[in-house]
Parts: sequence; C-alpha cells; structure tokens
Amino acid sequence: MIDLVVGPLSYGFMQRGLLAALIVGIVCAVMGAFVVLKGLAFIGDAVSHAAFPGLVVAYLIGIPLYIGGAVAAVLTALAIGVVSRRGSLRFDTAVGVLFAGTFAFGILLFSTIRGFVADLFGYLLGNVLGIGLGDLIQVAVLGAVVLIVVLVLRKELLFATFDPAGAAASGLPVTRLEYLLLALLGVTIVVSIQAVGIILVVAMLVTPAATAQLVVIRFDRLVALAVAIAVVSTILGLYLSFYLNVASGASIVLIETLAFGAALVFSPRSGALSGRRRSGVIAPTG
Amino acid sequence: MSIRRGSLLAVIGPNGAGKSTLLKIMAGLIAPRAGTVEILGGPPGRYARRVAYVPQAELVDWAFPVTVAEVVMMGRYTAIGIGRRPGPHDHDLVDRALATVGMSDARDRQIGALSGGQRRRVFLARALAAEPELYLLDEPVTGVDATTQEDLMDVLEAEARAGKTVIATTHDLACAAHRFQQALLINRRVVAIGPAKDLVLDQRLLAETYGGHVLILPDLTGGTLVIDDAHHHDQAPGHEPHYHEEAPR
Repeated sequence: MIDLVVGPLSYGFMQRGLLAALIVGIVCAVMGAFVVLKGLAFIGDAVSHAAFPGLVVAYLIGIPLYIGGAVAAVLTALAIGVVSRRGSLRFDTAVGVLFAGTFAFGILLFSTIRGFVADLFGYLLGNVLGIGLGDLIQVAVLGAVVLIVVLVLRKELLFATFDPAGAAASGLPVTRLEYLLLALLGVTIVVSIQAVGIILVVAMLVTPAATAQLVVIRFDRLVALAVAIAVVSTILGLYLSFYLNVASGASIVLIETLAFGAALVFSPRSGALSGRRRSGVIAPTG
Repeated sequence: MSIRRGSLLAVIGPNGAGKSTLLKIMAGLIAPRAGTVEILGGPPGRYARRVAYVPQAELVDWAFPVTVAEVVMMGRYTAIGIGRRPGPHDHDLVDRALATVGMSDARDRQIGALSGGQRRRVFLARALAAEPELYLLDEPVTGVDATTQEDLMDVLEAEARAGKTVIATTHDLACAAHRFQQALLINRRVVAIGPAKDLVLDQRLLAETYGGHVLILPDLTGGTLVIDDAHHHDQAPGHEPHYHEEAPR
C-alpha cells in the first residue's frame, strides 16, 4: 500500500509533476474564487485560448514559450477589461469575438509550422509530467507572485468584487483592482497551461471554487475549501494518470468535476438532497 | 444649490429623473456631464473615507458568500488600509453598528438568507461602521415594511442630529414628508429644494416633478393625501420586485 503511494515518487518526473500540479491547483483555486464570484469563467476560457497565438509566435521567433503566452494572455485579459468598459456590445459577445479571433490566429500561425510540434501540442492538452526543472521554477515563482498579491489585497479585492460601487465610493481604486485581477488571471492561466493545457485551464479555475460555493457561505472558507479540493484532486489525478497511463490534466479535471457533482447532490447547504433548496443562492450573477 | 451639514435630505423624483445618478456623482462614481459638484469642500471622491454610499438593493449580488458581519466590516476597509487586518476598534464599530440597526443576532448569516428589510439594515450598518460625515443612500427604505422604515429613519435622524449629513433617494412621498427635514425634487433638473413638508404637499411642484403621474387626493382631515404611483412605472422585466418584510427563507 505504502509502495503504491511512495513508489511513483521515486521518479523525478513524478516529483516535479506533482509539485507543479499542486502549485497550479492551489493558485487556480484561489483565483477561481474571484473568477466564480465575479462571473469571469468565460473570460478565463477566452484568455487561455488567446495565449495560444502568443505561444506560437514565441516558438517561431525562438523566445521562451512562456513569455509569449504570458504577454498574449495578459494583453487579452486587459483588452477584455477595456472592452467591458465601453459597453456598446454585450460583454460576452465581445469576449466571444475576441476569443475565437485570437485562437484562429494561433491556429493559422501553427499551421505554417512544418511537421509535428510536440511542444505546442503539449500546450493544448497539457503534460505536467513532462515538466522540466526550469519550467517548474517558473511555475513556482509566478504562482507565488499571484498568491502574495492576492493575500496582500484580499480585503480590497473582496470588497471590489462584492460591491464595486460601494467599494469605489469608499475610496478603493476599483478600476485598478479589476485590471490587476485580470492581469493576475492572465498570469495564472499561463502558469496553468503547462499542467492542464489551454482547453482545460478553465476547469481548474472554476470547478474547485464552484464546488466550495455550494458548501460554504464565507469567502475565506470558500477559498480554503477550494484549495483543499484542488490539492486532493491533483494528487489523486496524478496517481490515476501514473497507474492507468492516462492524460494527467484530464485526470485532475475529472476528479474535480466528480467532487463538484458530489457537492451538487450532497451539500447540506444547497444540495439536491438537502431538503430545503434555496433558489437563487447559487444562481450565477451578472 | 447647496446642502448644509447636518441636513436630512430626501431626493425625490420619478424613475429616470436622475436620483441615483445624482447620488453616484456625489459619491464620485461618475463624472457630471456639466456643472461642478463639491463634497465636503473638495471634488467628489477626494474625501471618500468621510463618505458612505449604499447602492440600490437590486445592484448587490445576494448569493455572494459573505456574512452579515463581513459586509459591515467592509465599511471599515479603507480606514484599516491595504495589507492590514481589522483591529479591536474596527470589530467594536461593527458590533455597535449591528446593534444600532438591530441585526446583532444575524451577524453570522449569509446575506442572501436575509429578508429585504434586513438587507437594508445590514447595508445601513455598513455605512454606520465607516463613521462617515456624509451618507449617500440609494433608496434605503424602498419596499421595506413600516417597522423597518421607522427603525431605519430613526437611525438616520439620530445621525443627522449628531451633525452628519444624510442624503437619501426615495419614492415614498409620505415618508419624505414625515421623516425628512428637507426635500430635493428633481426631474432631470432641479425642480425645487426646501423643507420636505412644504414641497411634498405642493401640488404644483409635484405635478412639475412627476409630470402628472402623482395622484393627489383631498384628505378628509383637511390636509392632502398623496399617492405616489411613480415607482410602478417602467419596472423592467427581470428587475427584482419590491421587497416585503418576511420571515427569512
């Protein structure tokens, strides 16, 4: 039994992969709390797809892929922020246009590359077990930056997310906080792409926090529970991936999804079996 | 026009008159298209820490995972400062604000579990906890029951007596006449400002403000009974209906 747990850790790739996936899971869960409460899930999906052309361009001009992806992701996140302030189009319409357009640009560039490019496929689907030491350090540093910023600005981000007008009137720089949140989201997504790939990043962001929201009513506990769900799912998912030889990112996301399903059914607060369903408590907003 | 410190002012007008907009301009949330506004001797927003703004209930996400006490503590956030935690003084102010509005027992409940009247109480408590000099309240007593309305107005009256300025929008002309000292009638422009009782009972001014949407009946006691139907107009679908005080679900 102990061998089943410890055995895989004798491989360097498993150690690095587990560490990277845990960092990604934790950072995503923390940022996910804001994503879920602010209704940014679609933006998260858009930003992760928009990172793709950045990765391809970085590959083509021979700079580290991370930098290309990060620049594209953060720029897109901020562009979405600007678009949302104009408001002549419905917000999700504008995001949909931007998201499909940037991804198409990435595919177009990608199709100019001759032959099979394993690296880029890795970014589409993620391969955390293939992560090198250099990438692991980047993940750790960027993840720490995101977590520290969120920790320091916890109160202010919470107030600005809950009641932007009240927060702005009380003197908080709400606009700057929103842009900061979008930039952090961009960084988080680029960090996470290596682990779970462009397509599944949104699940890492949204699912743990959404699960926690079904169970708890306090922001701090929501974040703590989301992190716990992410950590357990990451560990289980990676071992599943190791033993069954299946895709690691998909395994992690599937286990998180199972946790969400369980909360949906069994949550004492809002679960289908709780007997006192409160309509509206878990309804998505804005 | 200018509003004196210590005023208890009702901002009255039909939907679309610009009541909320006026409040948002005073709070520094949006810039005026023309003219200048000075709040506490500076442009709106400069002395934000001395101003408490409470938005309309419909604009708040009630599913948000925060408790009553946490919402009230948000009133302290700018005073506490970035990267610091609430101290004993802040907790004390939160406790007192909750007691003032009669919500001490509900401090650990999620805000979505409250009735409409309780929600207004909590948001007023948040404003109180900020210890502002100026209250900007967007429909603080809309759709609440008579008890809640009286309680909230008692609190606002006490604040005004203590020298704080209270500016609140309202659809309730009777409440404005009875509980506010002053009224500001607007309909995209200032119609009148003055003692609340005089303005609200002035049929010509009301007709000018509401464009004929107010039903004015002669009262048997010789006074005038005003029935305001303005807030039943253009209630857009999807808007939260008016609250009624009810047992929490």
